[in-house]
Amino acid sequence: MAKELWKGNEAIAEAAIRAGCDCFFGYPITPQNEIPEYMSLHMPQHGKVFVQAESEVAAINMVYGAAAAGKRAMTSSSSPGISLKQEGISYIAGAELPAVIINMSRGGPGLGTIQASQADYFQSTRGGGNGDYRTMVLAPQSIQEAVDLVQDAFDLADKYRNPVLILADGMIGQMMEPIEWKQRPSVELPPKDWAATGRHGREKNNFVTSLRIDAPDCELHNVHIQSKYDRMAEEELRYETIGCDGQEPEIILASYGTTARICWSAINRLERKYGIKAGLFRPITLFPFPYDQLHQIASRPGVKAVISVEMSQGQMVDDVKLAVNGAAPVHFFGRAGGSIPTVDEVADFAASVVKGGAGK
Amino acid sequence: MAAKVIFDRDRCKGCELCVDACPVHILALEESTNRKGYHPAGCTDTSKCIGCASCARICPDSVISVYRD
Amino acid sequence: MKPVYVKSKGLQDTELHYCPGCSHGIVHKLIAETLEELNIIDTSVLICPVGCGVFAGNYLACDAVEAAHGRAPAVATGIKRTCPDQPVFTYQGDGDLASIGIAEIVHAAMRGEKFTTIFINNGIYGMTGGQMAPTTLIGQKATTAPLGRQKELHGEPIRMCEMLSSLGGLVYAERVCVADVPHIIKAKRAIKKAFTKQLNNEGFTFVEVLAACPTNWAMTTRKANEWVLGPMAEYYPLGVIKEV
Repeated sequence: MAKELWKGNEAIAEAAIRAGCDCFFGYPITPQNEIPEYMSLHMPQHGKVFVQAESEVAAINMVYGAAAAGKRAMTSSSSPGISLKQEGISYIAGAELPAVIINMSRGGPGLGTIQASQADYFQSTRGGGNGDYRTMVLAPQSIQEAVDLVQDAFDLADKYRNPVLILADGMIGQMMEPIEWKQRPSVELPPKDWAATGRHGREKNNFVTSLRIDAPDCELHNVHIQSKYDRMAEEELRYETIGCDGQEPEIILASYGTTARICWSAINRLERKYGIKAGLFRPITLFPFPYDQLHQIASRPGVKAVISVEMSQGQMVDDVKLAVNGAAPVHFFGRAGGSIPTVDEVADFAASVVKGGAGK
Repeated sequence: MAAKVIFDRDRCKGCELCVDACPVHILALEESTNRKGYHPAGCTDTSKCIGCASCARICPDSVISVYRD
Repeated sequence: MKPVYVKSKGLQDTELHYCPGCSHGIVHKLIAETLEELNIIDTSVLICPVGCGVFAGNYLACDAVEAAHGRAPAVATGIKRTCPDQPVFTYQGDGDLASIGIAEIVHAAMRGEKFTTIFINNGIYGMTGGQMAPTTLIGQKATTAPLGRQKELHGEPIRMCEMLSSLGGLVYAERVCVADVPHIIKAKRAIKKAFTKQLNNEGFTFVEVLAACPTNWAMTTRKANEWVLGPMAEYYPLGVIKEV
């Protein structure tokens, strides 16, 4: 199929429509505005629902309602707006509803900046709202991958009855790249017999709720939810490696999304400028995190260190340390607050680590 | 006109709304307690019941059913 | 003998957890009877609040969804927009609707969402133990207003029916109470009218019920209903506030 040039945000919106998204509930915030704008025009054309909510809080609760009725529901926002959605995301996880949430993250804290950032890693991968829950987190590095992951996200949300978060950033939302609309495999998904659709002759009413007032019952529910995350870790891990297989890298850059692209170039720079062989480990699922896979790579002979490269003050590095678990020293390099690391900055830092003397 | 008022005794919380609502004043709380530990409402003189169902309408707990010829 | 009054099929067999004399049970029954009479038990979806009504999905026989505090109108919007043929209604208390969820109810009314809201106004936070609500009357004591609500400190109580009636999307707002049988009959009529208007796709419909909370008001049920018919109905006038 021919490639088409698409802007990230619009491509994500179109991908959702192609994935059978029944309804989109949005609220304006930069840098994701093209998603609700695209949806407001195109969803009605497909006979689907678009509502501009009064707030991010309302939008995520509209998602909750539509998901409770068995519909494929989505919302999008950017960091401060995603913070507001955490209430609803916790309820969605607690009530075991499928939903897709897009975070075109920006620099914080607070109002921060509208420039791209990866400072929402903790919030995304640790649950974000109250209670013992996680969202599945998918981190694309390109528009093509974003499009593919958005479509997968709806299936994964339905499979696990759990919110799935696409964690990208303003860079991916705003840039244009050629993409290909691929034929989607049809996936067999469990029936939504739990949905509040009206009883229509069903013996008992369905009551979609996250309330488990008796503590033993609530604990059982938590254990059940945890078992889904364990299953995700077994069945859904996604990651990519570059320069790791058969090339005996001295240093591994661990990075996701936009910064992984910078690391890709930095690997070439390291080879040419310093004669250092470097590899890239790029997690695509940030939750569940591919701990064992990173550990195996970090354990290979010849690997002198692992560097977590992020647009933050050091967040994914916690998971990198858990993964590497002493197999090699772990360092961190990051730019924060909407600043983007350059290829040279990353390469120079990595070279200084290899030569010794770089701080953690 | 014969009427019958039936109480689901163990569901009554003794709130007395029915006692106040009865236009012929034949409802009262019992001396004894029910399963919940409340003094449940009952009818003191069924023969006077007019089957108006005021008691049933105001009962928050759907304790009361009313029948009439 | 023929039944004059039996429990509605719109209710499940579950025993209610509400305190003795609480109005919630009466309003549940009126909704249940309405669903039964309009033959929509099997198609309706109830959105429960946070507050004493949180378990309403265990009591009413229709399908139900439990919302976060105040968000029931947003949840209802998500359902009604994607399932426009389904009757949808929210059941919300005054803390839920008039405080934390004020944005959601105002905007649902503004958009003219085609669902019905049953608003239980008892002037107090019941579930959490009697704290001051936006609807607590001036002078009325609450656990967070131990000296009583004061205009200078807390402002004057919100009249939700009147406030929402300024919005074009709202087609019907009526305030009722369930303090005695004649008022219960009127309340039933209002609830049924609201659902009927929803079934006719007319717009957003709103019924405010002045309700008694004898436990948190520290009153007997008799005194509580006198309070509803007296000071409450004086500040919150009963009747149709808007009908298009």
